Formats: sequence, C-alpha cells, structure tokens
Amino acid sequence: MTLLAIDNLTKVFGGVRAVDGVSFSLEAGELLAMIGPNGAGKSTCFNMVNGQLAPDSGRIVLAGVDIGGLPPHDIWRRGVGRTFQVAATFSSMKAIENVQMALISRQSRIGRLWKPAARYAREEAQALLRRVGMAEQAERPCGVLAYGDVKRVELAIALAGAPKLLLMDEPTAGMAPGERNALMALTREIAHDSGVGVLFTEHSMDVVFGYADRIIVLARGRLIAQGDPRGVRNDPRVREVYFDARHRVIGASE
Amino acid sequence: MNAAPLLRARHLEARYGAAQVLFGVDLDLHAGEVVALLGRNGAGKSTTMKAIMGLIEQRSGDISFCGRQISAARPHHIARLGLGYVPEDRRIFSDLTVLENLEVGRRPARLGADGRAMQAWTPERLFALFPNLAEARHRAAGRISGGEQQMLAVARTLMGNPIAILLDEPSEGVAPAIVDQMTDMILALKGAGAAILLAEQNLAFAALVAERAYVLERGEIRFEGAMRQLREDDALRRAYLEF
Amino acid sequence: MSFSGLTVQLLNGLADASALFLLAAGLSLIFGVTRIVNFAHGSLYMLGAYVAWSLTERLSSVAGFWISMLLAALAVGALGATIELVLLRRMYRAPDLSQLLATFALTLIARDAALYLWGPEDLLGPRAPGLSGSVVILGRLFPQYNLLLIAIGPVVLIALRTLLAQTRWGVLVRAATQDREMVGALGVNQSILFTTVFALGAFLAGLGGALQLPREPASAGIDIAAIGDAFVVVVVGGMGSMPGAFIAALLICEIKALCIALGDWTTPFGLTIAFPHFTLVAEFAVMAVVLVLRPWGLLGRQQETARASAASTAPFTPAGSLTKWGAAIALAAVALLPFLVGGDSYILVLSIDICVGILFAASLHFIMGPGGMHSFGHAAYFGLGAYASALALRRADIPMELALALSPLGGALGALAFGWFCVRLSGVYLSMLTLAFGQIVWSIVYQWDAITGGSNGLIGIWPSARLASKSAYFHLTLALSVAGALLLRRILFSPFGYALRATRDSPLRSGAIGIDVRRIQWAAFIIAGTVCGLAGGLFAFSKGSISPETISVGRSVDGLVMVLLGGVETLSGPIVGAASYIVLQDVISRHMQYWRAALGMFMLLLVMAFPGGIVGALRHRFTRT
Repeated sequence: MTLLAIDNLTKVFGGVRAVDGVSFSLEAGELLAMIGPNGAGKSTCFNMVNGQLAPDSGRIVLAGVDIGGLPPHDIWRRGVGRTFQVAATFSSMKAIENVQMALISRQSRIGRLWKPAARYAREEAQALLRRVGMAEQAERPCGVLAYGDVKRVELAIALAGAPKLLLMDEPTAGMAPGERNALMALTREIAHDSGVGVLFTEHSMDVVFGYADRIIVLARGRLIAQGDPRGVRNDPRVREVYFDARHRVIGASE
Repeated sequence: MNAAPLLRARHLEARYGAAQVLFGVDLDLHAGEVVALLGRNGAGKSTTMKAIMGLIEQRSGDISFCGRQISAARPHHIARLGLGYVPEDRRIFSDLTVLENLEVGRRPARLGADGRAMQAWTPERLFALFPNLAEARHRAAGRISGGEQQMLAVARTLMGNPIAILLDEPSEGVAPAIVDQMTDMILALKGAGAAILLAEQNLAFAALVAERAYVLERGEIRFEGAMRQLREDDALRRAYLEF
Repeated sequence: MSFSGLTVQLLNGLADASALFLLAAGLSLIFGVTRIVNFAHGSLYMLGAYVAWSLTERLSSVAGFWISMLLAALAVGALGATIELVLLRRMYRAPDLSQLLATFALTLIARDAALYLWGPEDLLGPRAPGLSGSVVILGRLFPQYNLLLIAIGPVVLIALRTLLAQTRWGVLVRAATQDREMVGALGVNQSILFTTVFALGAFLAGLGGALQLPREPASAGIDIAAIGDAFVVVVVGGMGSMPGAFIAALLICEIKALCIALGDWTTPFGLTIAFPHFTLVAEFAVMAVVLVLRPWGLLGRQQETARASAASTAPFTPAGSLTKWGAAIALAAVALLPFLVGGDSYILVLSIDICVGILFAASLHFIMGPGGMHSFGHAAYFGLGAYASALALRRADIPMELALALSPLGGALGALAFGWFCVRLSGVYLSMLTLAFGQIVWSIVYQWDAITGGSNGLIGIWPSARLASKSAYFHLTLALSVAGALLLRRILFSPFGYALRATRDSPLRSGAIGIDVRRIQWAAFIIAGTVCGLAGGLFAFSKGSISPETISVGRSVDGLVMVLLGGVETLSGPIVGAASYIVLQDVISRHMQYWRAALGMFMLLLVMAFPGGIVGALRHRFTRT
C-alpha cells in the first residue's frame, strides 16, 4: 500500500531550486533511504514533509490526504513522527516525561491544568522506552543522558504518536558504531512489524546499504536515481553525479 | 620527517552539548607539507579544524603550534601565531565588499617557520592568484558567485600571512573550473612554503595536492600514511571514503 | 489645521528625530557588535546632560559652550569604556538576563550618583550662544537651535557611515556585527573592538544628552524615558542598523508631530478625538505594528538564535511530604503574625507587600522560567489589575470585594491582547515588545486624566469595612497569594505546564509531537496576566491609592530582579526572591539616603557571584557535596 506519495515537489530559496520537481513514493513497512551530496535538498525535502517548510509547488500525499503546507503539529496529528539530525528532546524533563508528553499530546490533553502530567500514560511510556532499550534510564533527565541514549529516547517520542510514517534525519549521526547498528536494527524491526514507513537520510553508507529496502538519490535538488541498494550502487549516473560530483579532477588524476 | 611538527594535536576530543564528535584525534602537520584530512560528511573533519582553532568550547587534548601550547588559547591568539583558517561554509562577510573582506583578514607580514621574512600578501598579489576576485573587488561579497566566495574565503585568510592553513573542503559545491584554480592555488602556496591541512571528501582532488593523509571516521583516525598508499588500497578506500 | 502649522510641527519632528537618533545610534551600535542590550544607555544620556550643565557653568564663553558639549560627550565616552572594561567584559558569555540586570544596576547607581553630584533640582542649561532666538518660517516662530538639531542628525549619520565604511576599525566593526567569531579566527582581538564600540556608543549618548540641555533641563528622571525611546527606535529600525535607526527616529517623531498638528478633531457624529493624546503611545504603536509585520525591524535581519543555555535545567520534582508539612507549618506561623506583632505594626504592612510581591514574581516566573519568555513589561498586567479594581470601585461604585475580583480579569484581558503579538517573536525582540506594551499601558493611564486621574492617579481605594483592619487585609492577601502561587505551581506540574516547558526546551520537538507552540505560549501569557492582575488589585487596596508609578518600567524590573534573585530555574525562587528583595529594599531605603545605588551595587554583586540566584546557589551547594 502506498503510504506516502511525493509528486513534483519544488522549493525555491532566493532563486535557487533547492528541491526541483522531486517525485517518489513510500510503502507501508518500507525503509527508504534518501541520499545525496551536501546541498542536494535532502533536509529541505524532509522539512516540507514534516511541515517546517511549505512547498512552493507539488503535492505531499499521506495515506490519500494532501498534507503539503500544513503546520508541523497538524502533520504530526495525521501520523508523521520525526527524529532530527541533532536529537531534539526536552532536556529539562526525564526520559519518561518526554515520552509521556508525546502521549499526552496524542490524547489531546495538552490543555489540562490540574492533574499532574506525571500520572498520564505512565505504563505506555514505560513500554515504549522498554522497546527502545531505555527502560532502566526512564527517570534520568534527557539533559544528562549520553547522546546515543538521547537518540533512542527521541525514537520513543516519535513512536508515541503511533506514526504511520517515521522521518529520520541522519538517525545515527553522533552515535558510536555499536549503537548505530542497534538503532537501525530496531528501526527495521519496528517498520517491518508494525507497518510503519520509514524515510531516512544518512551519510554513513554502511547504514544505508545495510538497512534500506530501497534508496533514492538526490543531487542538486533533483531526483537522479532510485531502486534497490544493488541497483543504486551500480547506477552509472549515481556514480557520476553523486560520488564523483565536482570530481572532474578524477579524470585528470587517473 | 624528523623535525618537530609545526602543528601537533594529541588526544583531541570535542563535543557539542551531549554529542561527542571527536574521540582522541592525533595528527601532525610539518612545515611546508600539504596533508589531507579525509572522511565522509559527519566524520569530524570540520570539528577537528574548529577544535584546533579554538572555536569549540568543549574541547580537550594537547595542541601545539610552532612549539607553543594553544590548547586553551583564544582564536585570535592562535590566528596571530600564524595559523590561518578557512571554514567550510566560507563565512565571508556578505555585507562587506571583497576588498573589505580582505581588510578584515590583514595582519602584518611575519617571519616564516625557517626564520626568513615572508613576502606579505596584498590584495593585488591575491588578485593575480584569483583573477575573478579582481573584477569583483568593489562588490558586496554576498553578491558574488559561490566559487568566488570560496576564493575570497581563502584570500581573506592569506591576508593574515599564515605559516600554516586549515583549509576546510575548498572543493565543496563549487564548479570544476574553480576546483582547478584551488588546485593551482594550493600548489602555489605549498611552493611558497606554507603548510596546509586540507579537509576533503574528494580523494581525487586531495591526491593532486597532498603527500600524506589521515582518514577520519566517526571522530577517530582510522588511517595515517602516504597518499599513494591510500590510493592503492581499494579496501581502505571503500571502507571509509566510498561505498 | 493650517499649512504653516503643519510645516512647523513637521520641522519640530525633524529636530526631535535628530535627538532621538543620537541616543539610539549608540545603543544600536553596541548591540550590533556585543549583543548586549545596554539598559544603562539612558543613564549615559542623562549624565551627558548633567556633565554638560556643569561645564557650561564654568566655561561660559561662546566657544566654551560648544567645547562643553564636546567635552561632556567625551567624558561619557570614557565612562562607557570604563564600564566595558571593568564590568561587561566579564559578562559576554553570561546569560542575557544577567547582562541586562547588570546594566540596569548601573542605571540605579548612575541615578543616585547624579542625585549626589547635582542635587534633586532640575538644572536648566544656558541657551546656545548665537542660536537662542527664533526664525520666522511661514509666518510662525521656529527656534534657531532646532535648525541646528535638524542638521546634526544627518551629519552624525553620515559621519558614522563614513567611519564604518572608510576606516579599518569600521570595517572590523561591520564584520563583527555579522560574524564576530570569524573575525576572531582571523586574528582580530575582539576585546579591543568591544571596548571602542562601547566608548563610541557612550559618546553618542553623552552627546545626545548634552545637546538636549538647551531644550530641556537635566534631571534624574530622563534616563528611563530616554532608554524607553531608544529601545523603540533601535528595535523598529532593526538592531545594529544605523540607517534603520535614523528612519525609525524620523518615522516616530513625524507621526508624533502629525498627531500634535492634527489637534482635536470632531467627527461628524460629535465625538472628539484628541490626536495630541496619541503622541506618547505613538512610538509604541509604531513598534508593535512594525514588529508584527517585520519581526527584525525595518532594516534589520534575523539574529542567530540566542546562545544555548549553559547548563540544562533540572526536572521539576514534586514536593515530598516533609516539604509539604514544613511549608504548611511555616504558613500557619505566618498567619499568626498579626497576633504576635500587633494589628498596627509596620511589619504587617511590609508582609502585605511581600505577599503581593510573591504573587507578582510568581506570575512573571511562570512565563520567564518554564516559558522561557523574558517579559520586560510585566508591570502592565499588574497595573491593569490595579486600575481595573480602582476604576470599578471609584467610577462604577462596585463593592470592594467584587472590584477586587475584577482585577484578574483586567490582567487577563491585557495579556490576551499583548500576548498574541508577543508570542510571534522570540528572544530580545520579544522582551522589547513586552516593554513596549508596558509603556503603552503606562502612557494611556498617564494621559487619560478624565478616567484614570492621569499622573495624580486615583485615591480613596480602601477595602470594605470588614477588611479594613490591617490584620484582616493581611489575611486576605496571604490567602490569595498562597492560593495564586499554589495554583501556578499546580499548573506547572500539569500537562499544560509540561507543554510550556516543552516549548522552551525545544520548539522544534514540540511542533513535531503536535504541540501548537504559539498557542501554548499565548495561554501562558494569559494565565500569568490573570494572576499578576490579582496582585495588582491586592496592591491597590493595600495602599489606598494608585498612580502610573504602579505600571512603570521600574516595577517591571523589580519583578525581573525578584525572579533572578531567587533563581529562574527553581519553583521556590520567586517566593524567596520577592521576599528577600522587598525586605532588602525596605531596609536599605529606610537606612540609607542613596539606597538605589546600594541596591544597584547589590545587584551587580549578585549577578557576578550567584548567576543562578539564591535558591539556585543553595541547591548547588547542597546537591554537589
């Protein structure tokens, strides 16, 4: 089932087409990696799907509904969870409170003024932390957690919204090598078990080729290739434009 | 090389908030050599350079330059000792003209590492090296092309007459013709006796100018050796630089 | 209105704009490079006027007058350099609020210094030699000196532009305004740059003050008025932009001039609109409109996000049963106070002030600490609450209890309106806008004689008979303050309170989990305004009278000091802060003639020694052993 359909998405910043007519789709339960050199338009794409930016043209259709241009909090309600390149959590709150916050929001109880927040959805929050392996550290503030652990809490927060689609911007950046494999294995398990679609960007090629079901390649705002890891790896255009971009010099040296 | 290195870093660590980015980086840069610091995006190349330059508050380790400890020095002291820095994102002063940008970087001429007086850089000498900039000298730096901005960032640092330069990805996002100019420029500087630490993702470009290389991956040095060795070792390249 | 009248008013506007530009240019320059919002800029302006007065007394020749003007400006410039070297240099990495508090402390010290050196009387300076008369323009008299001022503004603008464009120093300053870290990485010593920029900014403020001397007397009150005006100009023009400041000064002064020229205007339906009354509000109205349309000012550009807070805040922990019982016993003891000290004791009066202060500080802390929105105009809600009660009692003859009940409503309505604008901005711009709204309320109250009693305020606002005794009113205040503070605390532990902290910790993450950041912040403003309004109402009935003083910038800053004194990051901070500040202020003001200066010194000591406030310092001491 097609979960996310991006159609001819475009965003222009001061005359530069940061994202230029990009179209692709994502199935439920699929891990789709978006790769490309710096400045290829990956973050801009993400920010449009997530609602941080409004597209100039094109459609972003999630489960049959066009969500392009809606504000982030609205898009979240429609089932899009997100983790950020630099993990964004609430540093003054405990790990479990971070997850409870997301659960409270999902239950539309943000406006409640009386009952202490700590009493809302504790069990469910604990279960989510257990799922990402953070149950033991539930009572520690996010501000003092190791970075890899913060990233796992962030994943639990994103999952608390019961997302259909998970956007992960460089999920393993800043993590130790052992941690990143564990995190990606967990992400794959979640996607395949719960039918959550995962769109992620990543610079670490072993993560991309080790975990992605499919890969799309952007360069200078345009989609230049897509397919399974093997196909993308051997695509001459990808080799030329992405890996050898600005590498005319290669010819001179070889 | 037996002489004491010009720039020497040991056990360099750096973090941004909770995220540790460098895990004990050791590197040396000797007088007159060009050394490549290779690695993918996010490997820690830029952070290494910023940490050396004193631009990251949360850093630790021993750094010395020209025999002096600079681990706790402030950036302007480090720059005045003769260590130039060209940031990856250029950070030109876009409201200032090209000439004014050069003026910000201007420092008096100094004695080279070998004790002989170096010829001071002037805008005119730099315009000879970067002809494009000469035509744009009175234009606001924010209104020149990306490639010209990259040249300006390098030229601005040269105005400080540095002994050694930290050059962060000069080939990033610029047209091939500019990359060629960068190559010429680096070779010219090398010929003039400057030492350069060049952060790059582009092995081919680095191979044209550098004789030695470090490969950085996830904040750790994974390879250190001759450039030739790196070019010939497919497995190594594949592990850290390509797929 | 005649054409000649309009022309003369517009020319007056030009003269005012020049004076305002001199004042604002230095502030803008200093902020652009150092990122310090210099509250003491108005004091430098005031000192410029005083020093110029003293010099003209001694140098009474024609040349002496102009030399005095210049020397006064130079002296203030030197003072600015000293302030930078001795104080601010240590604070560039400190939180914005500490910097602000430090510069505000300087205003207190400067004011008492002026009082000590020049006495309390207004000092009228001499007319400018050769320019003391008037010229005739379109048949109307126009002061010659104003012509000089009209010329000086553009001359200073051009001089500054030349300095910034043609000298190496100017190039470095402009570069530092854009990216000071990179300037340092190119070998430029920022310390020298900062000191000289501060000196030049102070010089301009001093010059502005000196040149005003022939127009208005030097007095100790001009500092706060000056800083309010300067803030508005800088924010409207775009922080750091000289031409922006000039355009903003022109815009504001000409709108004011137009209001005066329009005079009273009677609509066809017989309603009279007195345009001159808009002059005091005009600048703040311009500011509110500009900031909503162009959040970074006319010629400004977006500032990079404020530096990341040094240490992340610890989570809130609910009080244990020991703390709860302790607090209950302490409260019971306080409630017995009237029986211990007697019903007429001064201690009761002071205790009522403390209760009101706690409520005021707690409501400010609510948006400042957990909300991360630093309001410089919290006195607005206090004043609205106070005036709502007073007006209900005096003008509508509503019984006192009901009138008091209207005070939270007054605060809430103010916060509803102002908060909507404020949450669209962040950082220092948000703070400036809150200040502007505070000044708008002050101006309206000050000018609307018919309703508010103008500068005299309202009197005869006493509690009803059964609350008339000091001890009864103390119990009422205590009960309501404790209830208000507990309510805020309860809310902070509720989902809403967590959401508020979430918007402060990470707006990005908040949006990504479905929290509407602006709505939460707006609601927080309204809650804080409600509680603050109640504090204002209690205050009005405790004093029996109110005046515009209730809404002054000084009160807003009192609130900031209370919160910072206690510690922004702690829940008990505002309580401890308010109590200690009020007691301190009371003790100092009763025993010392120059209590403001003493208070200023104390605040400087505080921000240097205890950046985390009293409670923060205590907690640090007892948790890290």
